Amino acid sequence: MMTICESNVAKIEAICKEYNCDKGELINVLHQTQNTFGYLPEDVQEIIAENLQTSLAQVYGVVSFYSFFTMIPKGKHPVNICKGTACYVRGAEKIIDEFKTLLDINIGETTADEKFSLSSLRCIGACGLAPVVLIGDKVYGRVTLDSVKEILDEYQ
Amino acid sequence: MSNRYRKNLLVCNGSSCQQASDADLVAFINFKLKEYNLEDGIKVVQSVCSNKCSIGPNIIVYPDNVEYSKVTKSDIDDIIIEHLLNERIVERLVFDKENGNGVAPIKQYRIALRNCGFIDPEEIKDYIEKDGYDALAKCLSKYTPEEVTQEVIKSGLRGRGGGGFPTGLKWEITSKSVSDQKYVVCNADEGDPGAFMDRSVLEGDPHSVLEAMAICGYCIGANKGIIYVRAEYPLAVKRLKIAINQAKEYGLLGKNIFGTGFEFTITIKYGAGAFICGEETALIHSMEGFLGEPTLKPPFPSVSGYLKKPTNVNNVETFANIPAIINKGADWYASIGTEKSKGTKVFALAGKINNVGLIEVPMGITLREIIYDIGGGIVNGKKFKAVQTGGPSGGCLTEKHLDLPIDFDSLTAAGSMMGSGGMIVMDEDDCMVSMARFYLEFIVEESCGKCAPCRIGNKRLHEMLTKLCDGKGTMEDLDLLRNLSVVVKDTSLCGLGQTSPNPILSTMANFYDEYYAHVAEHRCPSGQCKSFMLYYISEENCIGCLVCARKCPVGAISGEKKKLHIINQELCTKCGVCMEKCKFHAVHLN
Repeated sequence: MMTICESNVAKIEAICKEYNCDKGELINVLHQTQNTFGYLPEDVQEIIAENLQTSLAQVYGVVSFYSFFTMIPKGKHPVNICKGTACYVRGAEKIIDEFKTLLDINIGETTADEKFSLSSLRCIGACGLAPVVLIGDKVYGRVTLDSVKEILDEYQ
Repeated sequence: MSNRYRKNLLVCNGSSCQQASDADLVAFINFKLKEYNLEDGIKVVQSVCSNKCSIGPNIIVYPDNVEYSKVTKSDIDDIIIEHLLNERIVERLVFDKENGNGVAPIKQYRIALRNCGFIDPEEIKDYIEKDGYDALAKCLSKYTPEEVTQEVIKSGLRGRGGGGFPTGLKWEITSKSVSDQKYVVCNADEGDPGAFMDRSVLEGDPHSVLEAMAICGYCIGANKGIIYVRAEYPLAVKRLKIAINQAKEYGLLGKNIFGTGFEFTITIKYGAGAFICGEETALIHSMEGFLGEPTLKPPFPSVSGYLKKPTNVNNVETFANIPAIINKGADWYASIGTEKSKGTKVFALAGKINNVGLIEVPMGITLREIIYDIGGGIVNGKKFKAVQTGGPSGGCLTEKHLDLPIDFDSLTAAGSMMGSGGMIVMDEDDCMVSMARFYLEFIVEESCGKCAPCRIGNKRLHEMLTKLCDGKGTMEDLDLLRNLSVVVKDTSLCGLGQTSPNPILSTMANFYDEYYAHVAEHRCPSGQCKSFMLYYISEENCIGCLVCARKCPVGAISGEKKKLHIINQELCTKCGVCMEKCKFHAVHLN
């Protein structure tokens, strides 16, 4: 859990003010906060709830409902594996298993050295290249079981 | 296209082309143009998918209309020296329209995608040169809101997001709701995995959506528009923002548009990754900052929507059709398509098909034309098995449906649905039971959890399908599966739950033999379900190289050098690594 220093509290308050502390803008506020901090731990949610004059339960409910928001810090190189239908048909499940084995983590987890985190997402629209893996912003297309290790080695 | 430049290079910026390229082509071309001192006369435009993903990266030179395919960094010098400087076409890179390089751009008819790939989406002048904002000008100056609405009704346009509700009628209903404030909402929360047509419109032609929203605002009496767009589409968001600012600068959004006193502004709201938010009531709750949970209709959004005010929600593709309808007339639009489904539909063609990408075709085209003429047939010449339309809420169509004219009603009658337009093609190697399980897994993850049939029922359905795939199913399970599917369909609150068992019902109707085989014959006919598989090593091919034994992640393979290796079936997790690694084809599947 990160402890929030005053300057970070001020940052969150500034984001809330930017949206006029309007409850209805909660999702936009969360987006911008996550962009700033990388994730949304409990104390951050508390500050947002105070500023928007809503309950922590409401904020937590929204954070946990939408898959885009995360309460766990992502690794330095977030690995995202597309689980869209086109990728599934072309063997994405096996690719996921290979990443799980090599990194020794499950989907939604981060490695102990905080280097990699693993998640799946639905369709990035690169169906012509299925199966597709994203590491950070870089897209790897037509990934095979053999290439998984090579891909990870690029980041070692 | 913009005349300020001598030539335009349209570089496909679709994800597939970007990744197939060996470099950042746009940056590289710009760099090269500077080298040749051509940067003032030639403009490089990032365009969007033109359904030629398999032969990308693609570059079109405009106004010559020459298309180059499979362009690499080393080809750029040739294109610049030969084509741009000497007006000679580089034949070896030319997209061969006769043979199509395996791609046949025939039978397509572009209305919603009319400008995609042909204009610079970040330049409003390009859009205006293509008659952009003419439709809005015409509506505001010549017609009353009622007349415009009647024109849209007459065109027969139906909602392209999945429901197929007549667009003009929706506008008429919202226009009749009395309120001090109304809203126009554009649903750009494209959540169907394997579908990316809305993204292409937003990235390729954002102004057409803005123009249509303003026209809709004029018709229903709204002065505020909101676009609800997926946060997963950063490029679409960026281009929308640029487009909105440009339209404001030109006085095409804001106060007193075209001096008629009509006011219209557009803002953007972001989704955060929830499939259910494509449902209009859930979308509205999400826009208000709440959980994206649907509510019972009525009241419909057209009566009580965003902030309890009358709200008209339309999908991106629906909006993209509007300016063309106003410019060319309802009769023209209604002349395309079938009796009850007018116009064209954009499909995202993906899966085991040769030409993956976006296509726009007139309603009424047959599946055979899409798959074989446009799609170029099945990968590796395999046998066509089925195509899933409508995403996780749709169903599958099989060989017997190949000659079915595709429109809203024929798909529903065939047990599937139009949906937003995803088309996933499957071949003989795909197991329909595990396909149904894949979709149910998606639904279980995406169900919002508000109503019990969807929250609990789909979970049970997924468990039963898993049981079947694991080889533990019984005949009772098959009956239960069908009964529960019907219950979930009948009793769920919103469109998501009411359609979620469709993949099960339609695969059961079309491929019951596969379900039966999983239970009664204890086998998976397409050999996809791991639990039915047995890996073994054949005596004649094994040379005893130890590779499989070393690669096996669970140490299930024993053997000595130059002697036959054996797989311990109790330890084997059926991952298939041994089969992949064996160079002598000694590992077989039973």
